[in-house]
Amino acid sequence: MLELVDLTHSYGAYRAIDRINLTVKQGEVVCVVGPSGCGKSTLLRSIAGLIKPSGGAVLLEGRPVESTPDNLAVVFQDYSRSLYPWLSALANVGLPLRRRGLDRKARDEAAMAALTEVGLGAAAAKFPWELSGGMQQRVSIARALAYRPSLLLMDEPFGSVDAQTREELEDLVLRVCAHHGMTILLITHDVDESVYVGDRVVVLSKAPGTVVGDLTVDLPGPRDQIRTRELDAFVKLRADVGRMVRGITTNHEMETR
Amino acid sequence: MGATGLLVVLEAAGRTGLIDTTFLPLTSTVLGRAAELAVDGEFLGHALASLEAWFWALALTIAIAVPAGLLLGVARPAEVAARPLIEFLRPIPSVALIPLTIMIFQNPVHMRMSVAVYAATWPVLINTIYGVRDVDPLAKETLRSFGFGPGATVFRVVLPSAAPFIATGVRLAASVAIILVVTAEVVAGGIAGIGVFISTAGSGNRVDLMIAATAWVGLFGIAVNSLLVAAEKRLFRWHHSRMAGVS
Repeated sequence: MLELVDLTHSYGAYRAIDRINLTVKQGEVVCVVGPSGCGKSTLLRSIAGLIKPSGGAVLLEGRPVESTPDNLAVVFQDYSRSLYPWLSALANVGLPLRRRGLDRKARDEAAMAALTEVGLGAAAAKFPWELSGGMQQRVSIARALAYRPSLLLMDEPFGSVDAQTREELEDLVLRVCAHHGMTILLITHDVDESVYVGDRVVVLSKAPGTVVGDLTVDLPGPRDQIRTRELDAFVKLRADVGRMVRGITTNHEMETR
Repeated sequence: MGATGLLVVLEAAGRTGLIDTTFLPLTSTVLGRAAELAVDGEFLGHALASLEAWFWALALTIAIAVPAGLLLGVARPAEVAARPLIEFLRPIPSVALIPLTIMIFQNPVHMRMSVAVYAATWPVLINTIYGVRDVDPLAKETLRSFGFGPGATVFRVVLPSAAPFIATGVRLAASVAIILVVTAEVVAGGIAGIGVFISTAGSGNRVDLMIAATAWVGLFGIAVNSLLVAAEKRLFRWHHSRMAGVS
């Protein structure tokens, strides 16, 4: 459903990502992990149509992404900047639904349903600055859910919350997205998280970012913060991904190229 | 408190003969005149004329400066092109334009409005430009990522985000417009307007009336300002709480 073909982008002379090839199937949760400065955000912005890549193509449901597509939603790391402080939680979630041609009532209903799904039904009338960081990110997630995108892009979505909230949000996203059969591309620098959340982990190299590893995460679902993380398979995968991220697996790199 | 103290001191100075009451009448006299003016039909007619000129000048200022500031804030090349012109026009004291406007506008109300609009435009324009430029790029990107176009981005993100800055500009403009309307009335004269009333009182040596009318202008200015401050606090609660969180 998402296909990246030789995706390349440079800022002037600086090449951020270099010939990235990646296919994401319908309903898959793919985590992209890499060291800082591997062009993760560039990758996400190219897929979302926010920047025009210098080379290669992004195909979403078979169609090339040229401007910002309307079957895609993004959850950014910085919820405090990505939510609109002048709108209530309900109105924040409902705003993108204008693109769906829904009237006010239908928008409010869909927004309320999404907020309830993330456990914030009671906070619908609150403004973002009246909510904790974790709750604000829940609103962002509800906003993306309500939009019913074919592809949900997440850019370090749990990077700005405390550890406990982070675990809660990971499970929330897994549960809700499994329920809707949503396809997710989640970008993170956290090796542990990528293995826990993903059906697949794609590892990017240091800049210019390119795919150096693509591992299937064969862990039983539903995932559990304690039990999944103590599985031998989890520990092994985490170590494999960790090595790739640090660039230790030279052999593997040769293979995938 | 300070104001009350000053009034008391002035009253005492007048009564003890320290100040000649023909130049500066007793506080009590002025307060009495001010109260009389409040129910004086003729004075109220003058006040209404000034109020109308002020109101329309402010409305016109907003109608011109907000869209212009929005355009200049969003389109960088337009701002670069317009910047020298703005820097040239802005320091010109609008009082210096009064003789020119008298020649251009036959109607004294239009003439006063034009002077007020000229002076009041700058705070609104500059604040709008900076407010628009200050909009968080991620806030715009978020909306774009949902597939919204540039027009929707301007109306749904840029304008609300810049609104607190624009409102501050409008509040400053409201005060500037009061000053300029009354100035134009005093300098250019006419049939109606508080400034006309003040200069007429002056030529009739009625210092008490002059001061009483001036006091009403000042009170009006204070009232408008606090009204707008209250409105800003209420409307932009999100902005102020955010600012408080930052500091």
